Amino acid sequence: MLRLSFPLQESIRHASNAVKRVGPNVVLVDAVRTPFCLAGTAYKDLMAVDLQKEALRALVRRTQIPYEKIDHVICGTVIQEPRTSNIAREAALLAGFPDKIPCNTVTLACISSNVAVTDAIGMLKSGYANAVVAGGVEFMSDVPIRYNRKARKAMLGMQKAKAAGEKLKIFGEIAKNLLSPELPAIAEFSSGETMGHSADRLAAAFNVSRKEQDDFALRSHTLAQKAASGGKLTDIEPVFLEGKKPKTVKADNGIRVSTPEKLTSLKPAFVKPHGTITAANASFLTDGASACLVMTEEFALANGYKPKAYLREYQFVSQDPKDQLLLSPAYAIPRLLDKAGLNVKDVSVFEIHEAFAGQVLANLNALDSEHFCQKWMKRSRVGRLDMDKLNKWGGSLSIGHPFGATGVRLLAHTAARLKEEGGQYGVIAACAAGGHGVGMLVEAYGK
Amino acid sequence: MLSRLQNTRLIAFASRPLSLSSTRNAGTVKIEKKGDVAVVKIDMPNTKENVLGEALSNDLTEAFSKLENDETVKSVVLMSGKPNSFVAGADITMLSKAKDVADAERMSSEGQKQFARLAESKKPIVAAIMGSCLGGGLELALACHYRIAVNDKKTQLALPEVMLGLLPGAGGTQRLPKLVALPTALDMMLTGKKLKADKAKKAGFVDVVVQPLGDGLGPANEITHKYLEDVAVKTAQQLASGTLKIDRTKPLMQRIQNAITSNRLVLDNVVLKMARDKVMKMTKGNYPAPLRILEVIREGIVNGSAKGYALESKYFGELAKTTQSAALIGLFNGSTDCKKNKYGEGRPINELAVVGAGLMGAGIANVTIDKGVKTVLLDVNESGLERGQNQILTHLATGVKRRKMTLLEKERIVSNLVATTDYQKMKNADIVIEAVFEDIGLKHKVIKQIESIVRPDCVVATNTSALPIAEIAKASAHPENVIGMHYFSPVEKMQLLEIITHEGTSQQTIATAAQLGLKQGKLVVVVKDCPGFFVVRCLAPIMSEITRLLQEGVTPEQLDKITTDFGFPVGAVTLSDEVGLDVAEHVAHFLAGALGARVGGGNPQIYTDLVAAGIKGRKSNKGFYLYGEGKKGSKKVNEEALKIISKYRVTAPAETNNVEDQQIRVLCRFINEAMHCLQEGVIRQPSDGDIASVFGVGFPPFWGGPFRFVDLYGAEKLVAKMDKFSRVYDRRQFEPAQILVDYAKSGRKFY
Repeated sequence: MLRLSFPLQESIRHASNAVKRVGPNVVLVDAVRTPFCLAGTAYKDLMAVDLQKEALRALVRRTQIPYEKIDHVICGTVIQEPRTSNIAREAALLAGFPDKIPCNTVTLACISSNVAVTDAIGMLKSGYANAVVAGGVEFMSDVPIRYNRKARKAMLGMQKAKAAGEKLKIFGEIAKNLLSPELPAIAEFSSGETMGHSADRLAAAFNVSRKEQDDFALRSHTLAQKAASGGKLTDIEPVFLEGKKPKTVKADNGIRVSTPEKLTSLKPAFVKPHGTITAANASFLTDGASACLVMTEEFALANGYKPKAYLREYQFVSQDPKDQLLLSPAYAIPRLLDKAGLNVKDVSVFEIHEAFAGQVLANLNALDSEHFCQKWMKRSRVGRLDMDKLNKWGGSLSIGHPFGATGVRLLAHTAARLKEEGGQYGVIAACAAGGHGVGMLVEAYGK
Repeated sequence: MLSRLQNTRLIAFASRPLSLSSTRNAGTVKIEKKGDVAVVKIDMPNTKENVLGEALSNDLTEAFSKLENDETVKSVVLMSGKPNSFVAGADITMLSKAKDVADAERMSSEGQKQFARLAESKKPIVAAIMGSCLGGGLELALACHYRIAVNDKKTQLALPEVMLGLLPGAGGTQRLPKLVALPTALDMMLTGKKLKADKAKKAGFVDVVVQPLGDGLGPANEITHKYLEDVAVKTAQQLASGTLKIDRTKPLMQRIQNAITSNRLVLDNVVLKMARDKVMKMTKGNYPAPLRILEVIREGIVNGSAKGYALESKYFGELAKTTQSAALIGLFNGSTDCKKNKYGEGRPINELAVVGAGLMGAGIANVTIDKGVKTVLLDVNESGLERGQNQILTHLATGVKRRKMTLLEKERIVSNLVATTDYQKMKNADIVIEAVFEDIGLKHKVIKQIESIVRPDCVVATNTSALPIAEIAKASAHPENVIGMHYFSPVEKMQLLEIITHEGTSQQTIATAAQLGLKQGKLVVVVKDCPGFFVVRCLAPIMSEITRLLQEGVTPEQLDKITTDFGFPVGAVTLSDEVGLDVAEHVAHFLAGALGARVGGGNPQIYTDLVAAGIKGRKSNKGFYLYGEGKKGSKKVNEEALKIISKYRVTAPAETNNVEDQQIRVLCRFINEAMHCLQEGVIRQPSDGDIASVFGVGFPPFWGGPFRFVDLYGAEKLVAKMDKFSRVYDRRQFEPAQILVDYAKSGRKFY
């Protein structure tokens, strides 16, 4: 049992409280992403598979991993393009991966690429694989808009229709329904409520004011801009777009530092007239892809890779998809830390997904609320997270949020910030539709 | 209308304020200042619901006159201190204090004046509504300048006065039609229909809807209440400063519609005429309140508000003193009582099993799974099981269509249902209800089978309408666990549950069965085991009298008419067809044997002949009427049945051959049997008998049930009528029960 003899096996403190760790250590070798762009801008003529391909190709180029060492590819995505429903496979083939590498696609709303990573961890821990590529993509510049059900039914019936009269009738039915297509659902299937509306209620429930939300949004953009101009967003790999006017996309294009006055002037976007969420304090529709390479520590070291971080623990949670749709970080963080035997104070880097400014702040208030912690988590108040540790390079509000790709972006930033800030533990937390969420514990490598 | 009555919480009975003297400030109203906005919070001490009574009225008047003169206050928010109740209505005990019509009229006009002061206030008043906002509570909100309401299930807005035989007497009939389209106003006031906030906004009498919050920094209802307050305060500020202008301009189409409907010619000849016709068709003129409501609304539209208010008070005063109102209020009290658990703590019910997936069995399962209780629905016949499942799923799907529940809620309900042909599946049941065919041998077999599988402490209930429970319990190894649960068809709709105890039924079993019934949302009446229990037993003599009337040559149509005219929702002959003539025959013979000549009158042989000829009522497509042919709803008299009846023709005695006597003849047979039941202790109290009669067989609600009828009609008068009948017919059928004779002599009342 070679694995048990790894020197860093016991590197987590308070191990007595912690869940017993099984399997080999898993490390992050590197993570890359395309620049994140507002939907309908730079990438508008591409397909999702193109962006994922770019990310996979960039990852291979950066890590120099020989294809034969890759055991499996997993990609996350939310809105599937019907022609590339297993987008992991199509993107890998396009990216030049040999056809002998199995690829699969996973989905769990905004934490789809987190699932790609945790599935990869499972594959590594079980001994099935030594090196796995995990990534994700979202492409909001194009979404599958369908004919409505009646038209589809008529179209399918067409094949069976024989008599001319019958065919004519079907044509009529199709024509009648042409102009009322079905769009991908923006509302939660179970509750019928849109995410923005739920988030607005959540902010109110946790007493988050409009001003606090606007301030937080401004903070996100300011920090992202600072990080970008300071050259910290090293996970970005440029994307070259050919054509009559060829160009290279090198940076995220959604970061926009506005003025408080301008933010105040916006009207509520979901709950009218008294809501607090506006277009400016919510994340925007984004195109983008990401990919990362994870390995067992043993394999990485044996093959000469320099790992960036350990992937220690993860915890998925889920709750009421109506009133607590976006409240998962508050549940995931304490459970994750308990599992690892750590305290909030032991964590030096927090990367919390910013779906809405109000949602992040509501989660922070929830962790600090005796009522909430007692009633819903049967524990005493966790306390307030240190804002100096939180999303220091901006977040989804400013960098953008391609649903299927954000998880790996959070991981990349956590690992890079741990290095930059000299911390040991980083925590990722994100919420997702369906009332889901995830927490992941990342530990700096070699510290 | 009836089915709504029991859900109505128009008027909660507040504990009477300790001091009714004229001293001001009973502490029901608190004022908090938020900047230049005064938040007036209604919070009656020591009660769950706020109700408009003298104390609250005085406190509100005092608060508003103070605020009117307070320079620092620019606007007002009116809300409740209780998240679950804005104002649940007027205090009904106040009405009963009214000495006479004039006194009741005065109460109404005082209420009007008080609300008018709010409406005329120069400072904008915003009503922030969360929790029940009914009757006088809604009228109070309507008098404010702006209404904000929370869109949760508990926040319901309605003017349900009509359910109690009244009309909205504090300006509601005048203010509502100004805010909403006339048909909506009519619908609300004539049916007492409840609207949630989103519907109310659509209708036009709520200006802003606030969606409820989930649990956050505090419990969900508390923080939602606080959120509502914040929104209302901001709105009040904006209204006072002029940054928010009240704009209730309706869409063009609705404006055109309004212009047309308020045209006097159209109003009188179309809108109100249609409404009136509909009311007459449904009530046969037995209920004065809806007709008065129409008149009062018309007065306001045609002759102006001042006249409208005056007429509103006048008619309110009159209605408050009608027998109909007294009866309906009595029913309201009775049904509230039947929703209380008076039977102690039963065994916890985590799982129910129903044997037999027929109309009844599936219905019972339906009203259980939708309360979140796992239910095993068993039928040995696979196609029977499918039919039952389909009944439930169709019913639930209709609920989703009508937006009574979401798809998620529906599917979670469906998850509670286990449909099976395997008896083993019920082994964890806490209570099993068998709803198989009414055959004692079969019931015995089923009970043995159930008991071979379930735990020994499992309650075994039998859904029967007449078979004696003690008889059924003989097959049981644990007769103390056996109890009768008589549901009424269709179970999804009928509110009544008659629970029947036999001598050996344990207290625990009674409590458990009652607990299940209450959980299912039923009005629970517990009765003692006797032939026919309460409902069917009282029904037997009335059926017999109807048979006799048929024999006397009254046609089925005439008979249906005189019974519906009297206020029964379904005509007596139609009802027989619905129930089934074979069942009627069975019950008639069975009860005649058990109760003797008192049940007689008509010749039960008629039913035997009818059934022998294949005439079994609706289920065989022919009964007294023919079914299944022609348009839906139209029915023709079955000549074949008439021929059989004519064989038993008797001559009607001339002295009782008028409609009124025919009606009282039918009714008194029912009432007299109810009296016997009370006398024998079959029912525990008169109100139980009244509730069972109204909700079980449709005894005219405006008479409030047999006991209320005796009070309102007069025991003496009734006994005199019965004496008259007994001179013409078999004395034993019209001999008043002793209790009735006593009440006639002493002038005592049941209520």
